Formats: sequence, structure tokens, C-alpha cells
Amino acid sequence: MSASSLVDQMKRGLDAPICLTWELTYACNLQCVHCLSSSGQRDERELSTLEAKRVLDELRDLQVFYINIGGGEPMVRRDFFELLEYSVGNGIGVKFSTNGAFIDAEKARRLAAMDYLDIQISLDGVDAATNDAVRGIGSYDTARRAMDNLAAANFGPFKISVVVTRHNVSQLDRFKALADSYGAQLRITRLRPSGRGADTWHELHPTNGQQRQIYDWLMEHGENVLTGDSFFHLNAFGESLPGLNMCGAGRVVCLIDPVGDVYACPFVIHDEFKAGNVRDEGGFSRVWKQSDLFRSLREPQSAGACASCGSYDACQGGCMAAKFFTGIPLDGPDPECVGGDGEHALSVVQPGSAPKPAMDHTKPVTLTRKNTVVAR
Amino acid sequence: MTIDLDSVLELHPQVAVRPEPFGALAYHYGNRRLIFLKHPDVVRVVQRLAEHSDVAATLGACGITPDRHDSFVAALASLQKSEIVRERIVTC
Repeated sequence: MSASSLVDQMKRGLDAPICLTWELTYACNLQCVHCLSSSGQRDERELSTLEAKRVLDELRDLQVFYINIGGGEPMVRRDFFELLEYSVGNGIGVKFSTNGAFIDAEKARRLAAMDYLDIQISLDGVDAATNDAVRGIGSYDTARRAMDNLAAANFGPFKISVVVTRHNVSQLDRFKALADSYGAQLRITRLRPSGRGADTWHELHPTNGQQRQIYDWLMEHGENVLTGDSFFHLNAFGESLPGLNMCGAGRVVCLIDPVGDVYACPFVIHDEFKAGNVRDEGGFSRVWKQSDLFRSLREPQSAGACASCGSYDACQGGCMAAKFFTGIPLDGPDPECVGGDGEHALSVVQPGSAPKPAMDHTKPVTLTRKNTVVAR
Repeated sequence: MTIDLDSVLELHPQVAVRPEPFGALAYHYGNRRLIFLKHPDVVRVVQRLAEHSDVAATLGACGITPDRHDSFVAALASLQKSEIVRERIVTC
């Protein structure tokens, strides 16, 4: 079977996801300006420990090999280690994303003693100024301290996970050097206009010139850098990048959010892409196998406005989430189309017409002004 | 190690195989590699390696005709590189 027919098979959907993200909580100690789940406050409808274990039982039965745990900050859950151990004990490996705030020396040793566990520490700048502008004051030092603790505990090759923005594209070599200095692996992903990112994407997303820089850098270093399915829209520049060169949403990828809602991918927390809830009858399996949304995503997709473009086979029309939250039709070009069609498509979007993310768990900001406390 | 028809192999104990419409997915929990087994015959051969004395016996038992043996040996060699299959130590 050729590589292209394998991609065709994957587009028709797998019996179970291979890249399942599970956000355990909307609670977070940080308030990153690009947070794709608008996290901050815990949602009171969050899955209980028992409910979470029932989902893990289902994933074991579906032979899901591993899950990607995120949040919010997953380590704020009191049952975090309990769920981790339950998952791994059931043959489901865990990769979890964290800002590192709760990885002290003792936790680092505990994590290092576990098998089938990968850790991704988020870092969006090689220096505090670049990183903290996006992730909050002190978050650079927090992340580096967690990395130091994992290294001291001999955790092994953890991952440093970077969201590429206009302000850190020029730091890719230095991110790689930082990862190498820890014996860590670098992972870079695309900034999406999802969650709070909807409000900051226009200022933060890489410029057209920088898109080329990312592509060239990945062509040179991509074999040793993880990217998931982030950058297939850049394939229109020429040769295909390493990595998954298709949109996996609802086909090989999905998201379970903290309250059990199942979305097509981690970047589309919106009713339009909600396939069901793990609490529904039939649980996650039924949602994955039978939901109308996932079934329709596994049908051949229309190339729409991009049908006549010679690069469509390479870029596949780009990222569904990036189009949706910038107000571009789903069969239109990616807002970061390297051929320049995205800029035109963005220019005709009516101001304010782009769909708003479904939920906002951002912590209320308290402004203190002259003895008056204004909460909004 | 070179793989040939006389090789004595088994599925790596850290590998899980999940059936899929095109064949199966094999995941190695140790090296975290996810490998696509793109034909149901490859899946059957891989899963039955440990039941038979060597590769030739496994292919025979799975009904793989001799004209396809070379391509199966090549496939097994590539799977051995990814540690999906490994040499089986025969103990008495």
C-alpha cells in the first residue's frame, strides 16, 4: 500500500484515535494569552475520579495506545497521580503537558520512577522576556526549574513544547540548543486562533516571511523535532515536511474536555465541532464510532475555493480550526495560506463575524482603583 | 542481525497490535514508535511468529506463497529495525 493510500485510509477514520487529547481540568495557575481552552477556573461539572477511570477503561478496551493529557494545568487535580497510575496500569501510555509549576524535586523523582510516561513542558521563549509576555510573569523561571528538577531526577528525555509565534520564530535554533542541553526533545506547534488565542492571534501569528522561515527550518531539522499535524499547510512551499500531513480531526484525533465533551480536535472547542459527551449512553466509544459529526468528517471533503489551486494536494486547504475562528469558510483557504490567499480571505471577513469560542474559564480580573474593587 | 527465512523471531513483548480496516497499528511502548502494518497478511504473520520454528514455517502456516517470501522477509527486516519484532531466544 502506498503512502498516499494510507493517508486516504486514515482520512476515512480509524477504529480508535491514535492521538487523543484529554484536558483534565480548566483550572490553571497561569493565564496564557493564547490558551486554546481559555483556561483559568475549574468547571464544577468536571469529571470525577470515578468517571475519569471509566473513560480510561473504555480507552483500554478500544486499545488506545496512549493519551495526551493537558488542561488547564493537569497537575492541579488532586487525583492527578492516581489517574496517571491507573492509565499506565491499564496499558495506556501517558504524555502530559504542563507549565511545570508543580514539578518540584520530589514530584520529579516520582514521575521519573514511572514507565510509559512522557512529559511536555511548555515554553514559548528562550528568555524570560519573550516567554513571559505570552505565558505570564515568572512562568519562564517556573518552566526552567521544572526542567532542572526532571534532569536532576534522571527522568530521561522530556519534551520542550513551543507554540511558534511572531516573537519566537527567530529563536528556533536556540530552542533546539536548549532542548539538546537537557537531552530533551523539542516539539513545536502552530499557534491557533482558538480560546483566548482568538483575541491575540492577529498580533502573534507568524508573518508570511516567517512561515517560510519555519518551513525551511523544519526541512533542515524536522526529523528530530516533533510537530504532530501542525504544519501541513506549509507543504505548499514544496516538498512535504516530516510529520502527519493531513488534518486528523475526528479521523485519528479528538479531544475530551474536562467536562467530558468530545470535540473533533483540541483547537475547536465550539458547539459546531462537539460530537457528544463521554457521560452519554454508549460513552466515548459511541461518540467516536457513531457520532454524526465524526462520520461526516470521515467523508471526502470539498476543496471549495481551493479546488483550482495547484497546491491543494500538498496543503489540503490547511487547518479547519484556523479557518473557523478567523471567520473564513471551512472550504476556504487557511488564514496562513502561503500562496497569499488567506490574507485576501481574512480581508473580506466582516469585523466581529468570526465565531466565538464556546466557553471561557478565564479568571475574573480584579482591578483595584482608589479603594474601589471592580470585578468584571 | 540479518533477517532471512531461517530467522527465529517473535513479536516484541512491549508491542501492542490493534486491528484496523487496512491491517493493523503496532505500538511499541518502549521506543514509542507507531507503525502501520498495511496488509492483513503481515498482521497475521507478525502475530504468529512465536508459534513456529522460524520465518519460513510461519509463512507456510499463514499460507504465504513462495513468490511472496522475499517481500515478507524485507517487511520483517524493517519491523525488526523498529523493534516491532525481535530475535526469539530459544531456551530448552
